[in-house]
Amino acid sequence: MSLRTPLGRVLGLGTAKDGTDHFVAQRISAIAMVLLGGWFMYSMFTIESMAYLEVMRFVAAPLNSVLLSLLCITGAYHSYLGVQVVIEDYVHAHGVKLLSLIASRFAHVFLAVACVYAILRIGFTA
Amino acid sequence: MSLGLIFLAVWLMQTAAGPEQYQYFRAAMGSPLGKILLIGWTFAFFLHLGNGIRHFVWDTGRGFEKSQANASAWAALVMAIALTAGFWVLRF
Repeated sequence: MSLRTPLGRVLGLGTAKDGTDHFVAQRISAIAMVLLGGWFMYSMFTIESMAYLEVMRFVAAPLNSVLLSLLCITGAYHSYLGVQVVIEDYVHAHGVKLLSLIASRFAHVFLAVACVYAILRIGFTA
Repeated sequence: MSLGLIFLAVWLMQTAAGPEQYQYFRAAMGSPLGKILLIGWTFAFFLHLGNGIRHFVWDTGRGFEKSQANASAWAALVMAIALTAGFWVLRF
């Protein structure tokens, strides 16, 4: 028989108490992604061709470099927030959940940095 | 959508790596599997966009009636199919 009080047993098992930040960040990044994603799809629709020089020219144009960087950073952030919820909802084993969250965070930061590095490199070499 | 982010990163990195590397990427994207992935990703983007807009409307407290929710679900699906088809048909 456990001597722990009912209160002692449930403490720490409730909500994380910090969900509001996640909720707001998810929606603000969503608003940004509507604009950036819309711009990106429009750009991919209107770009002359997918030939190497054409893509270089597109990425290297200053405004495109800035918007593409924002798309990658905001996209990675928005994606991290979404994947985080999926992991928290569906991975129940504590250790696997924690490792998945860390792996997801690493992967998303890696992708964002890789994108921005590539964009800068194209911009400065084109 | 997250796989699309990986795809975006690979596209930019392969472009930054130079014309030879880029040709490999372009050839892969031109293959039947590459085309299916690209079309699938375009569809996923538009469906995610439509459903994201549904969530924005729900956040204002509107559209929760069963008939409204069903109608907006179909609207998002039809819009995604139409935009995807329009994108690829008009693009090429």
